[in-house]
Amino acid sequence: MTNETTDRVVKAKLIGRTDFEDMILVPVIAVVAALLLGALTMLLTNVDLATIVRSYVALAVGSFGSLNALSETLTAATPLVLAGLGLALGFRAGLFNIGAEGQILMGGMAAVIFGFSFAGLPSAILLPLSLLAGVLGGALYASIAGWLRATTGAHEVILTIMLNSIAYRLVDFMLSMPAIQKAGRADPISKPVPEAAELPRLLTWIDPNLRVHAGVFLMLAAVIVVYWVLFKSKLGFEFRASGKNPEAARFAGMRSGLIIVSAMAAAGGLAGLAGANQVLGVLGRATPGFSAGIGFTAISVALLGRSHPVGVLIAGLLFGALEAGGRQMQVDAGVSIDLISIIQALIIVFIAAPLLVRAIFPWGFRKAAGSRE
Amino acid sequence: MTPVPTARKIDTGKQRQARIVGGLLIALAVLVLFVFAPDAPGAATFRLSRPTDPWVVPNLVIPAGPFTYAIAALLAFLGVRQFLRGGVRWTSISLGFGLALLVAAFLVWATTGKAFSLTGMLQATVVRAVPIALGGLAGVLSERVAVVNIAIEGMLLAGAFAGALAGSVLGGVGGLFAAVAIGGLFGFILAALVVTYRMDQIIAGVVINLFVLGLTSYVSSQVFQEYRHLNNAPVFRSIKIPLLGDIPVIGPVFFNQNLFVYGAVIMVLVATYYLFYTRTGLRARAVGEHPKAADTLGINVYRVRYINVTLAGMVAGFGGAWFTLGSVGRFDEGMTGGRGYIGLAAMIFGRWHPVGALMAALVFGFADSLQQKLALLQTPIPSEFLAMAPYIATIIVVAGLIGRARAPAADGEAYVKE
Repeated sequence: MTNETTDRVVKAKLIGRTDFEDMILVPVIAVVAALLLGALTMLLTNVDLATIVRSYVALAVGSFGSLNALSETLTAATPLVLAGLGLALGFRAGLFNIGAEGQILMGGMAAVIFGFSFAGLPSAILLPLSLLAGVLGGALYASIAGWLRATTGAHEVILTIMLNSIAYRLVDFMLSMPAIQKAGRADPISKPVPEAAELPRLLTWIDPNLRVHAGVFLMLAAVIVVYWVLFKSKLGFEFRASGKNPEAARFAGMRSGLIIVSAMAAAGGLAGLAGANQVLGVLGRATPGFSAGIGFTAISVALLGRSHPVGVLIAGLLFGALEAGGRQMQVDAGVSIDLISIIQALIIVFIAAPLLVRAIFPWGFRKAAGSRE
Repeated sequence: MTPVPTARKIDTGKQRQARIVGGLLIALAVLVLFVFAPDAPGAATFRLSRPTDPWVVPNLVIPAGPFTYAIAALLAFLGVRQFLRGGVRWTSISLGFGLALLVAAFLVWATTGKAFSLTGMLQATVVRAVPIALGGLAGVLSERVAVVNIAIEGMLLAGAFAGALAGSVLGGVGGLFAAVAIGGLFGFILAALVVTYRMDQIIAGVVINLFVLGLTSYVSSQVFQEYRHLNNAPVFRSIKIPLLGDIPVIGPVFFNQNLFVYGAVIMVLVATYYLFYTRTGLRARAVGEHPKAADTLGINVYRVRYINVTLAGMVAGFGGAWFTLGSVGRFDEGMTGGRGYIGLAAMIFGRWHPVGALMAALVFGFADSLQQKLALLQTPIPSEFLAMAPYIATIIVVAGLIGRARAPAADGEAYVKE
């Protein structure tokens, strides 16, 4: 896994090709094909046709069909978009960061610990600072991988996989520390986040059960900031330049080591914000493995969004809708929510292997499109 | 002019490393002296055999105080040795030996005033090393042909699942074959995605992991909940090898294990022979190092990659069956619990060599079983840190802080035939 090759592959596969086929046609076909294969999976596991129809109806109703459904979709999408933006930033800089899961955990822990440690502060100070603690926690944790990559050339994929596994154990350990563990509990669970540090729910005046919270604004702000950084700032230009051609970037006077560390730190910061968003907005405390696979799903979101901030937003909303609808599907049709993971994985297969889509669905593509590198 | 400074530069690099290791060993000596020695008046008792064994070996009783001082002295000696003339040559040996001494000191310290079964722990070490070793071997087989295999985790999980399902219907042997076949199928899919459809290898691996996790969890909650008899497979019992199995300590550890332990050792040996002593193996490695040169010489790069990655999947599928047919007989969601990633770590730690991967797996298996024992011995050291050890060790190795592992030159590259 030499650097040049990864960068070349990342360049070829991740950084969006601008033409219509790849930006619109392939994603749409991918989603439709994945849903069809999901139906096939249900058929094969002895689910009858009526139930399949009912489950896909439930999937649609549960994701967009009501105010509550929309609220759930947004709640599920927020961390996916935040972490996905971080990963997209890394992809653009030629870094394949699989470590969002660990960075979410570390960011979430930092936010929780800061939150209950300074519980006396007023909300206007405590909440932003807790979020900032989350950003820093994720950024510092990701910087370990960035720093090792920059100084020793160790591959970031291996580093971040290992750091994920370390983060799980570290959280387990931290949750059993007397300073963090909830008083009087034997199981690993942190002290609760004080109310002043919670991200306020937005629609409780309509219905107290609506879970959508102020993290949605964080998500939208992050999309704009990442867009600005990537496409309007010098730093973003350096990220993209060294992602496309590290050699050329280096000869143009960009400091590759610094770029790697800052790209990883930025990615980790966004993942950390996603973690803070989860503990301060949804969970209210930290438990073992509270990241719940968001970091891995976020990889899919970044890929589906073609590493473009707006694309990541759309992809995150889609995957959030699948999660929210999946829960409804489980209740209404009795089909396990794990079907959603299958559908998500299939979408990415089709997205990341355009040649495969072209081979299976030859209609609508220009001739000889498959011969391009 | 140029060769002299280069040679000297390499030398100083090695000397620097030797000095780092020396400093580390001396630091360990100090650690042993001050952390382990003060509260060490008693003796540690290690049980080596059960009373029912044919040859009963007396317990190993180690007086904690003198032993700890001896270890500290040895560590200090090894450390100082690194700074003397010729220390460079001993770097890796000293480091390995030093770490082993540290573990011994730790074990004695943890058991002081108590007793525990050393043989039992070593037996558990071997058992726990099996899936890691097979995962690592799968990694070696595919990375030697330059296909990065993140999907080991998913292949293990698929093997575990297939083993449970087919094992419940067809019996143990049928389950084993199904596990190997499903593992091979996912190996083939990985090969197809990365070789034919030129998908990014890491993305392909991640996706296979997600897909297998989703599919197995789905079937497990959708089907197994309702039809419990489909998730109730027989378990392969231990097979005692006559005579060898009766040797104290070594017998129960190596010669009274189930099919998976023997299978893993045999596969590692066969893979070593295949990769390094046969013509096909040489070709496979050539594809991993320089696919273009291999292609020029008439080797079918695509076919070699397909075959080896499929083989890797079969090995991982066999390793996956260990989780169900080799231990509990039933499948649970996500039951491999990241063992595939430790397998990946074992591959790197073992420097892309089957035997190295097996050795690394044994070290990781030891850390795993030690972690279990620590909870029983009630030491003040949290077991989570021991659980992190394999990952930290891997980071140290890939970062080249101590020693350097070199991946096959073309690892991770897609090859496009001209």
